[in-house]
Amino acid sequence: MRRSTLTAIALASVAAVGLTACSSEEGGDDEKVTIGIKFDQPGLGLKSGDSYSGFDVDVARYVAAELGYEEDQIEFKESPSPQRETLLQSGQVDMIFATYSITDSRKETVAFAGPYFVAGQDLLVAEDNTDITGPEALDGKKLCSVQGSTSAQRVKDEYSAGVQLQEFDTYSKCIEQLAAGTIDAVTTDDIILAGFAAQEANAGKLKVVGNPFSEENYGVGLPQDNEICEDVNAAISKMIESGEWETALARNAGETYTPNADLNPPTPAACA
Amino acid sequence: MSASPLFDAPGPRTRRNFAVANVFAVLLLLAGLGVVLLQLDANGQLTAAKWTPFLEASTWQDYLWPGLKGTLVAAAYSVVLAGVFGLVFGLGRLSQHRAVRAVSTVVVEFFRAVPVLLMMVFVYQLLIVYRLVPPDQFALTAVVVALTLYNGSVVAELVRSGVTSLPKGQGEAGLSVGLTYGQTLRSVQLPQGIVAMAPALVSQLVVVVKDSALGYLIGYVELLRQAEYLSTNFSNYIPAVIVIAVIFIVVNMVLSTVAQLLARLLRSRTTGPVRVEAEGANQM
Amino acid sequence: MITLSGALPQVTSLFSEYDIFGAFQMTLVLAGATLVGSLLIGTVLAIMRVSPIASLQAGGAIYVNVVRNTPLTLIVVACSLGLYTQLGVVLADRDSGTFIVDNNVRLAVLGLSLYHASFVCEALRSGVNTVPLGQAEAARSIGLTFRQSLSIVILPQAFRGAIAPLGNVVIALTKNTTVAATIGVAEASYVMKEMIENRPDVLFGIFAIFALGFILIVLPVGLVVTWASRRLAVTR
Repeated sequence: MRRSTLTAIALASVAAVGLTACSSEEGGDDEKVTIGIKFDQPGLGLKSGDSYSGFDVDVARYVAAELGYEEDQIEFKESPSPQRETLLQSGQVDMIFATYSITDSRKETVAFAGPYFVAGQDLLVAEDNTDITGPEALDGKKLCSVQGSTSAQRVKDEYSAGVQLQEFDTYSKCIEQLAAGTIDAVTTDDIILAGFAAQEANAGKLKVVGNPFSEENYGVGLPQDNEICEDVNAAISKMIESGEWETALARNAGETYTPNADLNPPTPAACA
Repeated sequence: MSASPLFDAPGPRTRRNFAVANVFAVLLLLAGLGVVLLQLDANGQLTAAKWTPFLEASTWQDYLWPGLKGTLVAAAYSVVLAGVFGLVFGLGRLSQHRAVRAVSTVVVEFFRAVPVLLMMVFVYQLLIVYRLVPPDQFALTAVVVALTLYNGSVVAELVRSGVTSLPKGQGEAGLSVGLTYGQTLRSVQLPQGIVAMAPALVSQLVVVVKDSALGYLIGYVELLRQAEYLSTNFSNYIPAVIVIAVIFIVVNMVLSTVAQLLARLLRSRTTGPVRVEAEGANQM
Repeated sequence: MITLSGALPQVTSLFSEYDIFGAFQMTLVLAGATLVGSLLIGTVLAIMRVSPIASLQAGGAIYVNVVRNTPLTLIVVACSLGLYTQLGVVLADRDSGTFIVDNNVRLAVLGLSLYHASFVCEALRSGVNTVPLGQAEAARSIGLTFRQSLSIVILPQAFRGAIAPLGNVVIALTKNTTVAATIGVAEASYVMKEMIENRPDVLFGIFAIFALGFILIVLPVGLVVTWASRRLAVTR
């Protein structure tokens, strides 16, 4: 009785893990290139049906083409923020273009090419709002951001101690509240905000304040033992020089949005 | 008239008052609904642009159906594994060995006390750190493991109470024809106990389907997550949430009905009391 | 794997870094307020369901069947983005400096109460159903009035019959307060998620703290309920 119980426990726990594990597909063979993007950020990486759009997607497509891949050899895969390092390390994706800021702690586990864009934390407000001009003007205001990001806390700690913070798990809930007027501003990287502002339903209703107060270098996440970092950098430089970079940015983030001009377009840093 | 012990049978005047009350209640309800609709309309939530996506096949193909599939897949894995888990630990709690009983009791009580969401978040992070499965399976695995452990513990209690609530004579009859305790359990009591708990197991599916929605907090692609994606594309959060709520309610009502039909069907096949709802879980 | 001796000082440092007790305090506040709210709404629903008026019966039945089959997450989200954002239901002082926190906590309590009320209703109704019709008939036949038979004979038995299922509601409700994290209420699961993401090195320690916290809350409730339902059981 005892042994059979224990065996059954072991079997059950193996089954719990094993059943779910066997249906996966390993990406990254020679024929295809698997690229990690966000699926839920308009203007950057958005999945609509079975097509993908956004600035991250356009840069990814350009780089993949420069590396010699045809359009039909590209496979996009969702890479949620907490999984990005793991996806690269396990070889499930070959490259990641997903609002991936280059930081020293991340460099310990993955490599970066780029940056291909320099974003900055900014605020999204209603079009007719005039009193919120920057992070210091938020005392007594209601500010929304997503859980697990430090951006809202930074505003409270460094700029406006009297700000009230609302946290949701997704930006679309923040946007919903901003559109209804129950919060005053949404904060995160400016280009993400611009993507939401440029959506059809929000056009003419929401605007990015345009006073970025941080510096986020969006890089291309690569596995540490990659051989393509230089090629990716060359592709990014070529995209910027050809004017394609600017066209892609305007197409995705809307006409009214201008990125931080001192820092954009950036020059890719040397590969480690 | 229902046979409630609380009320007298109403006389003619009371019946007339009831009729008036009924009309009044319906009017009140309609008025409330009207106010809500007017307010939603005033906020621009009832425009065609926000609702027409649901009339297009592609919306269902690209968002709602994959979401429903995600919900049902997680629920199916979880309920099967919960059945196995429950059988193992339910029998463990009926064991003659004190140590097996003690371990089973601790396991069952532990997983019943820890909130599913807490377990899900923990397992998800565990998978990220130790990489026990491929990354694209992290979310599903975390959802399934968390749902299995909690619902398995509930099922374990079902197994135990299914067997213990059989008439005493069943076990005694088994022993008196020379079967051992284990044999009696396996060939007389357990089969009847399982039949008695089958409907409750089906209605436990309702709990699993509902709780799989928690998976969206760790990024599992199920209905609620898909509603989020859908509304990012069409800027129609409120309509999307209303639509998936309806889908959830329909799916769960079908499951509840199946459980009730099953209970009626099985009542003649066991000497134990057939329950539709899991005791101690009550579909929460 | 992390060794125990290495983990202990790390675990103690977590208590100074994060407001773990504050998180559990919030969990208890949510649970307490939800208990009161769901008992109130649930009792009203139960009265509706056992009442002889058809519209009330139907209303109660529809409410219970719809709410029971909807995920709690969805109900809590609906309270925040539907009731508050769309319909303008405000539950706190708009000018207060803690408006968002107050309002979110109350919206979460409202959502949790609306959800668990359907289970309270079913628990109470099952209690009423345990009272055999003969009890009411016997009470009337010895000359008690309708009100007397209700308050002396039927309700005391119905309440006793409902203790076990009500206890289960209390336990489930306490654990379900974790869903309030969806709308940004900083209760136990919210703080745990934040901690786990920032300190994956003490993953097991963090989980152990929170699991233990819930066990300490839930187990006594379970014991009291088992004791009470045994002690007060009506022998038939």
